[in-house]
Amino acid sequence: MTDSSKPDTGIGHDKFTSQRLRRRHRAERRFRLYGVMAVALSLCCLTALFSSVFSKAYTIFGQTEIALDIQFDQAVIDPSGKRQRKALIGADYGALIKAGLGASFPQVSGRRDKRALRQLVSSGAVYELQELVLQDPNLVDRHKRVWLAAADDVDMYRKGLIAGGAQGNGRISAKQAAWLDDLARRGQLERHFNWRFFTSGDSREPEQAGILGAAVGSLLTLLICLALAFPLGVMSAVYLEEFAPRNRWTDLIEVNINNLAAVPSIVFGLLGLSVLLGTLALPRSAPLVGGIVLALMTLPTVIIAARAALQAVPPSIREAALGVGASTQQVVWHHVLPLAMPGILTGTIIGMARALGETAPLLMIGMVAFIVDIPTGPTDPATVLPVQIFLWADAPERAFAERAAAAIIVLLAFLITMNLGAVLLRRRFEQRW
Amino acid sequence: MSLNALNMRTDTDPMATANIAAKIRAVGVDVHYHDKQALFQVDLTIPANTVTALIGPSGCGKSTFLRCLNRMNDIIDGCRISGALTLDGRDLYAPDIDVVALRARVGMVFQKPNPFPKSIYENVAFGPHIHGLADDRAALDHIVETSLRRAGLFDEVSDRLHDTATSLSGGQQQRLCIARAIAVEPEVILMDEPCSALDPIATAKVEELIDELRQRYTIVIVTHSMQQAARVSQRTAFFHLGEVVEDGETAQIFTDPRDERTQAYITGRIG
Ligand SMILES: Nc1ncnc2c1ncn2[C@@H]1O[C@H](COP(=O)(O)OP(=O)(O)OP(=O)(O)O)[C@@H](O)[C@H]1O
Ligand SMILES: [Mg+2]
Repeated sequence: MTDSSKPDTGIGHDKFTSQRLRRRHRAERRFRLYGVMAVALSLCCLTALFSSVFSKAYTIFGQTEIALDIQFDQAVIDPSGKRQRKALIGADYGALIKAGLGASFPQVSGRRDKRALRQLVSSGAVYELQELVLQDPNLVDRHKRVWLAAADDVDMYRKGLIAGGAQGNGRISAKQAAWLDDLARRGQLERHFNWRFFTSGDSREPEQAGILGAAVGSLLTLLICLALAFPLGVMSAVYLEEFAPRNRWTDLIEVNINNLAAVPSIVFGLLGLSVLLGTLALPRSAPLVGGIVLALMTLPTVIIAARAALQAVPPSIREAALGVGASTQQVVWHHVLPLAMPGILTGTIIGMARALGETAPLLMIGMVAFIVDIPTGPTDPATVLPVQIFLWADAPERAFAERAAAAIIVLLAFLITMNLGAVLLRRRFEQRW
Repeated sequence: MSLNALNMRTDTDPMATANIAAKIRAVGVDVHYHDKQALFQVDLTIPANTVTALIGPSGCGKSTFLRCLNRMNDIIDGCRISGALTLDGRDLYAPDIDVVALRARVGMVFQKPNPFPKSIYENVAFGPHIHGLADDRAALDHIVETSLRRAGLFDEVSDRLHDTATSLSGGQQQRLCIARAIAVEPEVILMDEPCSALDPIATAKVEELIDELRQRYTIVIVTHSMQQAARVSQRTAFFHLGEVVEDGETAQIFTDPRDERTQAYITGRIG
């Protein structure tokens, strides 16, 4: 019995082990393959997402513009000749554009045709002229060729996104199409870089609508969110991990923090509506309120991540510092926090990324309003990028869809910048190991 | 900080050390971890300027006793200590004792080298810095250099003081931890198996250092090596199952133990 149960000697035994070995190697290769496949799949999804967004959005970088020879007529702009700002603001710049169009197309007559001609140029172009005159009042009584934004339909038509003339659905008539060809031949119709999209706020006119208002709104909101959630979250985590005794109360707090992290974000919006706007009477639609609401939402995430990072700091470091007579505060400040910082930053950036993409709670506090001005402070009315995307995606004009896609890219750029910042900060702290 | 460092003793006569004043005295010390009792009625006197070795089988409570002496057990949940522990006649666990100041007087070197993941310089400078022992940068530089010299490490690291400490070898790290402990000029240094991770050469260096440090400090060292206890200590206490079975002159413990459990342990029959 004992003899037969001994492992085979010689070749038989070798064969047994080499088979096992081969099986193990195969299992290992399979395991690696699963990993590679998972990574490849997520990369595919990401590529699909990016290419779909980019293919819709890349046209935003160009904006069709029409060059008109504008006579900045003193009689129209400033009859009194005093160059008062009020007069310059209130002047009828539409008349200048009509005159400019008339100069380019002297053959067009009749009210309907004139109106159709006028529709080629953005109705917001009057503000572009106003801006020019306000910047340089000496323009008055002079003559200048000015590039003005074309109407959104013209822009879409020239980009080939909608059909015009006979095949079109009436947005660009055959006559208008002919005029545009005429302008293009004369070098008065070109596609230029779309600076309007990056320098202006929202507008009813797609060609005048820009992302800057929402981007600044998002930035202000996130700064307030970060300024509140990061210190509060880190201090809470430090207290709970390093100072608080373990008892029923701290257990209760821990359970509640975990619950808070799972509360749907719209609930925080309701809280902001009733407490911040209702009881505290803070301004509506303001980044201040948005930031506070998002901070409440982000706080549990930061606390949980910070606690995990603090727990991961080896106890031997704490003992070493305590052993030379450091107080708990010195231990935390000099040793534990710097070591936990990479983890804390990772958690914070996850929370901030979620806050950046959040729409629902901001709708509750009025950040969905139509806001043209670019906010200059945390109490100015503002909107944020995801809400702006939502508004544009919902708008009937085709040209707004292009802007929604572009706004998504701006949102992603925001996100990538934030993550990059976090990676760089993490590097700095990790170098101390 | 430590005035008694001035009246240096070069006397290594074991009989003489027995008569000098107690630096630390433990009377009837019980320690519980939650419901589990780890130390039973420990009575031990540790004289100044001597090396006292704590020996005994694993889990007998040597580290526990050591950690009572600088109140390191305070940070362990559920650890309760009763009995009397005095340092220079003052109750260590009196409510008015400042733990932070106490730990500056009673330094500790841990079993596993645990340098801060910072530069070598910062490791040594941290203690003096937080206790305000140096008025300016030059004074701090001086403390760092002398501490590293006394730990026998300076020559090996003098050209890379600002490199990270974790890049040192295990033995160098342990000597760095010793330098860090002596940089705050403690009166007592507690060492928990300081050589357990070291090779014989590094061990010899640390032992040499301990012998030198005895001139200025009171040293309590936990060790699993009988040879080491015999080499570096003047007094030895044998712990067994949470009790101090026997303590006395090292020579007497190793040559003529009174208790048969001590006899069994040092001859390798229990452990
Ligand atoms: N933090 C703790 N919580 C609970 N029990 C502990 C704790 N630390 C030590 N003990 C227990 O107390 C007893 C004494 O432990 P201690 O660490 O003092 O032993 P030791 O003599 O240092 O052993 P070794 O030589 O292996 O380091 C052991 O039974 C151990 O299980
Ligand atoms: Mg131990």
